Amino acid sequence: MIEIEHVTKRYGETTVVDDVSMVIEPRTVTVIVGTSGSGKTTLLRMINRLVEPTSGTIKLDGTDNRSVPGHELRRSIGYAIQGNGLFPHRTVAQNIATVPALLGWDTGRINGRVDELLSLLQLDPAAFGPRYPHELSGGQQQRVGVARALAAEPNVLLMDEPFGALDPIIRTKAQEDLLAIQKRFGTTIILVTHDMEEAVHLGDRIAVMDAGRLIQYATPAEILARPANDFVETLIGASDRPFKLLSLGTVGAAVEPGQALGEGIRAEASQRDALAELLWSGRAAMPVTAKDGSALGRVTVEGLLKRAARPQ
Amino acid sequence: MKAWIPLLLRFCLLVLLIAFLTNPLWFEPLLKPLTQNGAPAIYNQGSLLSLALLHLRTVAIATVAAMVVAVALAILVTRPVGAEFLPLSRSLVNIGQTFPPVAVLALAVPAVGFGEKPTLIALFLYGLLPIFENTLTGLTTTPANIVEAARGAGMTGWQRLLKVELPLSVPVMLAGIRLSVVISLATATIGSTVAAKTLGEVIIAGLQSNNLAFVLQGGLIVAALAVLIYDALSALERMAARRMGQVAQAA
Repeated sequence: MIEIEHVTKRYGETTVVDDVSMVIEPRTVTVIVGTSGSGKTTLLRMINRLVEPTSGTIKLDGTDNRSVPGHELRRSIGYAIQGNGLFPHRTVAQNIATVPALLGWDTGRINGRVDELLSLLQLDPAAFGPRYPHELSGGQQQRVGVARALAAEPNVLLMDEPFGALDPIIRTKAQEDLLAIQKRFGTTIILVTHDMEEAVHLGDRIAVMDAGRLIQYATPAEILARPANDFVETLIGASDRPFKLLSLGTVGAAVEPGQALGEGIRAEASQRDALAELLWSGRAAMPVTAKDGSALGRVTVEGLLKRAARPQ
Repeated sequence: MKAWIPLLLRFCLLVLLIAFLTNPLWFEPLLKPLTQNGAPAIYNQGSLLSLALLHLRTVAIATVAAMVVAVALAILVTRPVGAEFLPLSRSLVNIGQTFPPVAVLALAVPAVGFGEKPTLIALFLYGLLPIFENTLTGLTTTPANIVEAARGAGMTGWQRLLKVELPLSVPVMLAGIRLSVVISLATATIGSTVAAKTLGEVIIAGLQSNNLAFVLQGGLIVAALAVLIYDALSALERMAARRMGQVAQAA
């Protein structure tokens, strides 16, 4: 659990982060959204003390994060940044081994962990371990950046616009990978982005920041249904709202009894994908199948449209 | 096809240089037309090979000393504790560069006597600036997101310096060292005016006895050494830069 209590950061006369308090539950993904200059990155960097707060405290599992020296604190917290920041003079394996080496792990344990992470991120350890970062594509570099951040098995992973430099297709894949890794390791992830779409997709909770203040901190559904003010509403984008709302639920939750013809959709797909498919194929209903291929029922345009309406 | 031509030229130059230093008499017929009144065409007051080796040794000692001091100074002034010494250090190495080596020799001789020492002092002072400035450039232009990643990974200030900032500065530092070495190779010749054993001895002997052959062979050996060492260091620089995925800077 991460408790941020009345944290303020000032640079001279400018207040970058203004009295922010929030509690982040363990094993969840929290996304901090805001425009540039909203203080979201500064807030993130105060958690691992790359920036020291002017006032207020941040507690990790009940302990003040100032109780250990900054560099030791940072070794226990994963940190991934935009443009990955890989060390160009070190191989992929050496990059991933950065924090374990600083912690003094023995070679066998380090190598084992590097291979495990590379395999997990679908990079062949034998082929990619000895390469240098500049020999990799942007998407591969980003994955190595995530692997490096996770190398020492941190409980908390901070990510500063980790997908900002990726093209849309690789970006979607990288987001799926991140969610899979989060489920597997149970890591608490705090991710900063300016993209509300990404926030709704990844976040268990979303924190919206503007001009250094925390405007709203709630679940994606809550934020979509009841934006705290005009700023949050603009950030969501009024024309996209119903679709974003649909993207939160799975088809499984919208199944109705009955049958339909034509190609089906899997129960774990999002309702937004189902609606898109229905509209595109010009049908009013389509069958829903479970993972094992058995029929669960059908999903209808009418049913989905009701779900896309503003929750009361 | 064209890639090996420069390599071949350098190899020929190296072979010629070694042949000239070990068996200078082979080249006597070539240089004979430059002499007058039956003067010797090949330097005969000492071995050219040993002079060349002593010349290289003087340059090597001065460069290593300049390297140690310049790099240490550059590291000091880029740390938070030493930041206020930056302007002072800049002035000091600039004075070293603007003060003519001949004047340094003249001032050093009364203090340390004739021989190699005053030359070492002059070369050391002259070599500081390029190494200092380049190391400074390297250390201050490390990409911000890489330094940020190093901090985020929990490296201390020293670990960042040794594991990230210095290794990333190597190509730029090497360029500074290369400049310094080439300047020193040429400047070392004037050390012979204060009795240092360098190739300058050959040139000075030629000037004193109006023997163009001596002047030419002394000058050519220094030039060949400078060209070969310059190219070797450039190649080293490109290798270091390529490993980091940087585009090698134009020499």
